[in-house]
Amino acid sequence: MNYSRYKGFGITLFIVLLLTPIYWLLNMSFKTNREILGGLTFWPKNFTLDNYAVIFTDPSWYSGYINSMIYVSMNMTITLLVALPAAYAFSRYKFVGDKHLFFWLLSNRMAPPAVFLLPFFQLYSSVGLFDTHIAVALAHCLFSVPLAVWILEGFMSGVPREYDEMAYIDGYSFPKFFVKIFLPMIRSGIGVAAFFAFMFSWVELLLARTLTSVDAQPIGAIMTRTVGASGVDWGVLSAAGALTIIPGVLVVWFVRNHIAKGFALGRV
Amino acid sequence: MNKIPNNRAWWLVLPVFLLVAFSALIPLMTVVNYSVQDIFGPDTAYYVGTEWFIEVLADERLRDSLLRQFLFSGAVLAIEIPLGIAVALTMPKSGIKASLCLILLAIPLLIPWNVVGTIWQIFGRGDIGLFGWGLNALGFDYNYTGNTVDAWLTVLLMDVWHWTPLVALLCYSGLRAIPEAFYQAAEIDRASNWAVFRYIQLPRLKSVLVIAVLLRFMDSFMIYTEPFVLTGGGPGSSTTFLSQTLTTMAIGQFDIGRAAAFSLIYFLIVLLVSWVFFTAITHLDKEK
Repeated sequence: MNYSRYKGFGITLFIVLLLTPIYWLLNMSFKTNREILGGLTFWPKNFTLDNYAVIFTDPSWYSGYINSMIYVSMNMTITLLVALPAAYAFSRYKFVGDKHLFFWLLSNRMAPPAVFLLPFFQLYSSVGLFDTHIAVALAHCLFSVPLAVWILEGFMSGVPREYDEMAYIDGYSFPKFFVKIFLPMIRSGIGVAAFFAFMFSWVELLLARTLTSVDAQPIGAIMTRTVGASGVDWGVLSAAGALTIIPGVLVVWFVRNHIAKGFALGRV
Repeated sequence: MNKIPNNRAWWLVLPVFLLVAFSALIPLMTVVNYSVQDIFGPDTAYYVGTEWFIEVLADERLRDSLLRQFLFSGAVLAIEIPLGIAVALTMPKSGIKASLCLILLAIPLLIPWNVVGTIWQIFGRGDIGLFGWGLNALGFDYNYTGNTVDAWLTVLLMDVWHWTPLVALLCYSGLRAIPEAFYQAAEIDRASNWAVFRYIQLPRLKSVLVIAVLLRFMDSFMIYTEPFVLTGGGPGSSTTFLSQTLTTMAIGQFDIGRAAAFSLIYFLIVLLVSWVFFTAITHLDKEK
């Protein structure tokens, strides 16, 4: 069939175009600065790992990754801890104001982070949390918690309520049922929700940069500062960028079938 | 599922409520508070009513960046939605190839936004970037740091690169939800490819597309990090979008009252447009 061959060609072309900028970044990260500025080469002539070595040996570079990882994991933990019971409530019970609460949560996802910038800065400064990991984690919760509630609610609604009732008849207390029986049944949902909490926190920079100065500075802020310095070190910059792509690529395999659901606030 | 009425469920929702209230309601109230006062210091603030709002609405710079923002969001939607649908239609339906496509498509979505800016900053440069070098070699006078049009197109292209995969993923999952029987019926009727798309696939994609448009509008309307890294808002202020104008005002110049009034107007615009889409979504849900 000719038609399907066109299709195959189309998707291949699109993906090749999509990967070209990333190929270029990787290409640059393995070159010396002399080669980068010396002329255009499609493959590193003097293949070097020096750029990566700079990042892994200089604390002011690699601490950025550690800081990012710390607040991202905090964000994931907090998000799951508060979103799990809430999602259970939304999926099982009717209560006063449930619909309004649901919409209100969504409206937070719509708020431009820039709007919250100044008040966040002052709020966290006034309670002494400025330049701590927990401040960034809490600020990111504003966007990741609504999303997690949505995703988990979708997965939980797929579990029939008869399970809840059966466990109750068998003498399970609610917390025991929730942890021992219910959570294992929706573990793929928990995985997806955790992945998206990770994602939102990992890609965001505006809030993370504003709420930190030295001790909790994310890798993104360290990178932008290097760009501003005189004589940009293109090789190291590319290497730093390439390293930030890895975590996402590693985990996306596990959620590939649910990824659209997550991005669409659980509504697909 | 029929749900049981039970008001004690509030206890389960309480942690989320408190957390989101702490990080959304308090800051929002602070913004409202600032927007009606002129603040000189910690102890000297004067109530000025709606003065900031009037001033902000008359501000040339803000109106320019608002206009630029609408143009940008419009262009983003006009390109990414049709392109995303096209990509979703060409994707393999099942097997290892489909999984591979999904993962490769998802890569741009998982890159930190500042790194997206960095990638294009390097990629677009005339001396060291493949894209800029290629265009110059083809005879185009391309320079995204000096030329307004080039800068604009580069930011747009970057956004298309970054977010078209999202539209494609959403449409793909929408397409997979169409029962095979629909296609079989179409085949019996000898429907053309176009007819299948127009009368089977497109109507079934409606709800997914509304979500895609909503998400792309919201996120393109809040764009900050990518153009900030790529062009720094320049040349001049040609790629300075709303978030950047606001950030400069609030954090850079510490012009609190004006920034707060501006924030509220900004938020209201996003909420208003999103509300229209959201009503459409719930409406579609009811039709099902």
